[in-house]
Amino acid sequence: MAEVTGIKEIIKPENLVYKKTKLMTDKVLSYCPGCGHGTAHRILAEIIDEEGLQSETIGICPVGCSVLLYEFIDIDWQEAAHGRAPALATAIKRLLPEKFVFTYQGDGDLAAIGTAETIHACNRGENILIIFINNGIYGMTGGQMAPTTLPGMRSSTSPYGRDVKIMGNPLKMTDIVATLLGTYYVTRQSVHTPANVKKTKKAMRKAVQYQKLNKGTCFIEIVSNCPSNWKMTPVQSNKWMEENMFPYYPLGDLKIPAEQITQKTSNSEKND
Amino acid sequence: MAKIRGSIVVNIDRCKGCEVCMVSCPTGTIAMAKEVNHKGYFYAFPANPDLCIGCASCAMVCPDGVITVYKTKI
Repeated sequence: MAEVTGIKEIIKPENLVYKKTKLMTDKVLSYCPGCGHGTAHRILAEIIDEEGLQSETIGICPVGCSVLLYEFIDIDWQEAAHGRAPALATAIKRLLPEKFVFTYQGDGDLAAIGTAETIHACNRGENILIIFINNGIYGMTGGQMAPTTLPGMRSSTSPYGRDVKIMGNPLKMTDIVATLLGTYYVTRQSVHTPANVKKTKKAMRKAVQYQKLNKGTCFIEIVSNCPSNWKMTPVQSNKWMEENMFPYYPLGDLKIPAEQITQKTSNSEKND
Repeated sequence: MAKIRGSIVVNIDRCKGCEVCMVSCPTGTIAMAKEVNHKGYFYAFPANPDLCIGCASCAMVCPDGVITVYKTKI
């Protein structure tokens, strides 16, 4: 392994602060440079590792850029048909209720072909975690327009920008599932800065805890970039995401458990 | 007061040169190399190693997890 190092005297095992988790395999990620998928994978692997769930986790792979996810994280996986991951996760969780079951899906998978599965799994309150990567485009197949593509955003099938009169408005999937009674924790995060990575990791840890307590569906949307299909450099695409995606898909919790709300109000009352 | 010093190790073979680490580094430690790795990417490297504080911001945002971070007090 070729590597470059900083000050060599500091590099000792006792000074180690951060190292890629062992759950990530040595396989080189198949993503384009700067893609948010890699960061999302690593956070997920870190959470599973830190919670000691490696042998207790079953993940459902989507169809899309992250279709080869089973090669990158060293846990049990099952590949689902396009968009059908929540249905498969429902079956697995009902048969093996003691396992930690999650799906990892993109916007083409979850919000287009799998809309019905997603909404009904969330409505039934299946005790699973759904991780939704939203980059507003079909990444793998060449940048076609997705349901989440922003108004006026160019893609290979909307070369003059998305015209909402003809093509409809972007689908805010996370807002829809937040209104359903079956969901317990719904949040929207991103992974483009260190602070956002920490917040996303915290959200995932909460979701793992809620699943242990059989609370209901947890839904985490990660607003991500697609440098190749947005035709920008990774740094430019992160900036574009902040300026254009975040106003339409604002970050933050959309639905938090009722217990937390009462806790927060009682805390603020104390402060008053 | 004790000074905190950090050091990073970059796995050149796996770096895809996306520059996200360079932008997220608060001290300007990281720069992109003038040479390319075997895949043809301009890899990241600690150009100013003395400035590193071991905050691990670069490692946290690196999509490919190529950065390992060490930190100590001097």
